[in-house]
Amino acid sequence: MAGTAVPRGLTSRPLVWRVARLAAERWETPTARTLTFDVPNWPGHLPGQHVDVRLTAPDGYSTQRSYSLARPDRVELTVERLDDGEVSPYLVDILAVGDEIELRGPVGGWFVWRPTGRRPVLLLAGGSGIVPLMAMIRARREESSGTPFRLLYSVRSPADVYYKDELGHPEPGLDVTCLFTRETPEGWPRPPGRLTASDLSRRAGLADSDPDCFVCGPTGFVEAAANLLVAHGQDPQRIKTERFGPTGG
Amino acid sequence: MTMGIQGDGGDRHMDGNVLAGPLGELFSVDVTAATGTCAQCGRNGPVAGLPVYANAPGMVARCPGCDNVLMRLVRSPDSAWLDFGGFTALRIPVPGR
Repeated sequence: MAGTAVPRGLTSRPLVWRVARLAAERWETPTARTLTFDVPNWPGHLPGQHVDVRLTAPDGYSTQRSYSLARPDRVELTVERLDDGEVSPYLVDILAVGDEIELRGPVGGWFVWRPTGRRPVLLLAGGSGIVPLMAMIRARREESSGTPFRLLYSVRSPADVYYKDELGHPEPGLDVTCLFTRETPEGWPRPPGRLTASDLSRRAGLADSDPDCFVCGPTGFVEAAANLLVAHGQDPQRIKTERFGPTGG
Repeated sequence: MTMGIQGDGGDRHMDGNVLAGPLGELFSVDVTAATGTCAQCGRNGPVAGLPVYANAPGMVARCPGCDNVLMRLVRSPDSAWLDFGGFTALRIPVPGR
């Protein structure tokens, strides 16, 4: 299960907090906003890596969270607002272009895809777990990689889909399947529901490709998806997972 | 205090990926990419894949096989307390030479 150390030049040691200025923003859904930051002397990163974000209040109270990087060529995050959250409502609703926050990274050398990889890739996303997987999809495009990619994206309803334009028009070699859990578009052939073994059989291409698997989403989604993959005969050592809190998917 | 990747989390566990920043502050290699061996049950697995509980004063990583506490990290304003006592070994990938 060994990962590989991130190549020199893609880590910044010692890891320091840097000032990041919001340069651009756009809404992905009514509850999620993509934030693009300018970070002087950013060392670059690999798709799948994340940053820690730190906010400090005027009274000195400080708190931090981790967010995956959404694209390979910029420091860009997509943040979902959790109404009882301490950080995400600020990042989604209040932070304005020109405002500054602190972040450190890139960090995380395990849940990464290297564009030099030749093995087919299966991406399983639950809700906002799409973010680091989108960085991998974008890196594949940027590198003109011919590596076959399949994405199964489990999401509550069509209105909750991130990156609609890009995922709606996938480039050759990228196969995108949305699995709606609550509400589907009209006439959608699959009834709403969570990821099943049958979805994997029909859409994941496991039988003919033996892919590297990346699974990201809420803890419950990740555990269910990883168990389904193993039950399907997938080698656990080729399944990489990233979990987050109880909401999402 | 750090919650899961993708920001604000709840009270359920995160995973070892979130240790990359806090450990990156201390070590020059990425410890989350290491494979650890549990001292209690002998299970092997990537540090990044371990369940991590961050709702304690620090962060606690447990063995997914036997629930043994593998690692604890507590950060104070001027020091970091790190207990790796639940591992017998860590296999840390390093760049080839």
